[in-house]
Amino acid sequence: MRPHPHWIDYAVIGVYFAFVLGIGVVLKKYMKTSTDFFLSGRSIPAWITGLAFLSANLGAQEVIGMGASGAKYGIATSHFYWVGAIPAMVFVGLFMMPFYYGSRARSVPEYLKLRFDEKTRGLNAISFAVMTVFSSGVSMYAMGKLLQLLLGWNFNAAIIVSALIVLAYTFLGGLTSAIYNEVLQFFLIVIGFIPLVYLGLKDVGGWAGLKARIGNDAMVHSWKYLGSPSANPMGVEWFSMLMGLGFVLSFGYWCTDFLVVQRAMAADSMTSARRTPLIAAFPKMLFPFLVILPGMIAGVVSAATLSSDARAGASPKTESARAANIGAANMVAPSSANGEISLEGGKGIIPPKVDESGRPLVKEGKVVLDYDLATPMMLVRYFPSGLLGLGLCALMASFMSGMAGNTTAFNSVWTYDIYQSYLNKTATDEHYLWMGRASTVFGLAISVAAAYVARQFNNIMDVLQLVFAFVNAPLFATFLLGMFWKRATGNGAFCGLLSGTAAAAVHHGLTLPAGSVPGVKGGFLGTVVHQYPSEMAQNFWTAIFAWTTCFVVTIVISLLTKPRPDNELKGLVYALTDRPKDVGLEWYEKPAVLAAVVLSMLVVLNWIFW
Amino acid sequence: MGFDIRLPIGMMFLLFGLLVAGYGAATQGDAMYGVHSLGININLWWGLAMIIFASGMLLLARRGALALRSTIALAAEQDRKRHDPK
Repeated sequence: MRPHPHWIDYAVIGVYFAFVLGIGVVLKKYMKTSTDFFLSGRSIPAWITGLAFLSANLGAQEVIGMGASGAKYGIATSHFYWVGAIPAMVFVGLFMMPFYYGSRARSVPEYLKLRFDEKTRGLNAISFAVMTVFSSGVSMYAMGKLLQLLLGWNFNAAIIVSALIVLAYTFLGGLTSAIYNEVLQFFLIVIGFIPLVYLGLKDVGGWAGLKARIGNDAMVHSWKYLGSPSANPMGVEWFSMLMGLGFVLSFGYWCTDFLVVQRAMAADSMTSARRTPLIAAFPKMLFPFLVILPGMIAGVVSAATLSSDARAGASPKTESARAANIGAANMVAPSSANGEISLEGGKGIIPPKVDESGRPLVKEGKVVLDYDLATPMMLVRYFPSGLLGLGLCALMASFMSGMAGNTTAFNSVWTYDIYQSYLNKTATDEHYLWMGRASTVFGLAISVAAAYVARQFNNIMDVLQLVFAFVNAPLFATFLLGMFWKRATGNGAFCGLLSGTAAAAVHHGLTLPAGSVPGVKGGFLGTVVHQYPSEMAQNFWTAIFAWTTCFVVTIVISLLTKPRPDNELKGLVYALTDRPKDVGLEWYEKPAVLAAVVLSMLVVLNWIFW
Repeated sequence: MGFDIRLPIGMMFLLFGLLVAGYGAATQGDAMYGVHSLGININLWWGLAMIIFASGMLLLARRGALALRSTIALAAEQDRKRHDPK
């Protein structure tokens, strides 16, 4: 297939960039204090923080990654949402927000300092800062590659332009700008993808038609085949799915990652902060239909073809010229210079991964598919010029909201938890505001560098996933104990975090997924003690081991060390904090009610796709 | 703080809707719709949908601004009465 953007697509993209920048410019005059810049002055209403909470997380990994997983694993990918994210979001809203918001901590590491001690904060701040900047860089790299493929843009130009745009609006308007743009991006992604799902489903004959075309029952059920790893494409069974993904990884991310927590901290009241993740849960539940279905459809449809009559009568000025090339795609050599994307050897409209000379990669006799291109190929396949511009905007929006989220989280953690805590404790607020802006610049610069580093490696997204498991999994154990067990001590937390991360590394080093060679994928500690049926299974178990180790070590060391007196922990621990009262809300707006509704809808969805 | 976010959302989608629907109207019957969107002029339809969505947003934003203005006016009125009761 050959993507070919038209002037109308560029007009749409241009409008989007203008608004994104314009919002930053308009908001600049409201940025007077560092609290304005980093925490939006804690004044944003719940529906906005809710959508921003969702959008900040909605980066490329989700829009592209979930499409890829949908193509590879089918509807079981929904577990990332209906077993993973949503329960975690409900938990964080109901139980953890009171501590984050109530403690008046300005960041997640700062909460750790208030609850535990300085060294725990330092460990978290540094690992988070590194993680978030690299995550931003990997996003940039993925976007650069995609824009190069879809629009023929120069990779360097794509990276620099997107970095500059994100820099401009976060530099000027701080967190508020990032939040406003995230809400804009949320609507763009939803409005951009609804027609894609509609057209795709219509083409295959609805869900029934899709099921028939896929042919593999395990791809269209989410629970039925989780009895054993060999029965489903993911290679996992229900226990590691529930514990690894459902509990440790998901809760670890949503409850401790400052990227999302920061949006709730910007809310205008405690009640709004608690409602933020709950409000976000509603659209999140429906996202599988928007992002997973296109991936599933991509594997079973064919490239658009134009009948020869129509081709003869078509005017070259319209997109028929582009369409004609799509029909001829299968005949063309892979990755030819005119921007053609060959589907030869691929599946449906998912192209094969190609090596440097453009030939499809083969592993163990089977062609390696480039699943990451599933969703972008769907856009090229079903969207005519005009809507294509909108679809591309939605893609770019997902990348940019991820980048902006990482940038704003980084500049807060840098300024408050690293710079103010260790380098310059007594400067004025203006100085910290200045540092906030400065760190936006160098944070993005480091991300750009990380993007180029990512380019050198084949598996950089896998590395990032791994880092998340190493860092977030044990961190969640630390938070659970910190918030709900007043006996937990700083030394316990610190040792727990270190040992949890070490346990993750050891587990990863001693195990290997089936079909992989020792290296980034595992087994780098010499011997392979256990082989997992899939990478996902290995990932889930790494998380389980990391969490459990941190949990146990924290408890043991805490019991051996002196705790802080109760009066110091008021507002930081469940037992020593007043239950939050929700005033001024209708019954249906209360957090507990929202949570109940979300959870019941979740049960229904899981049941429908059983 | 800041301005009502429904305003830029409404304005942006209004522009999108006008651009895309306009292009859709101008290219009615073009072969590209047969190739891509199953013969449906999706530009026109979805462009119109976006215009409707945008109008809804702008209406909500306007209602918010009016409500704010009347709240401020009411507060000012009460303030005046307090200081200068007749």
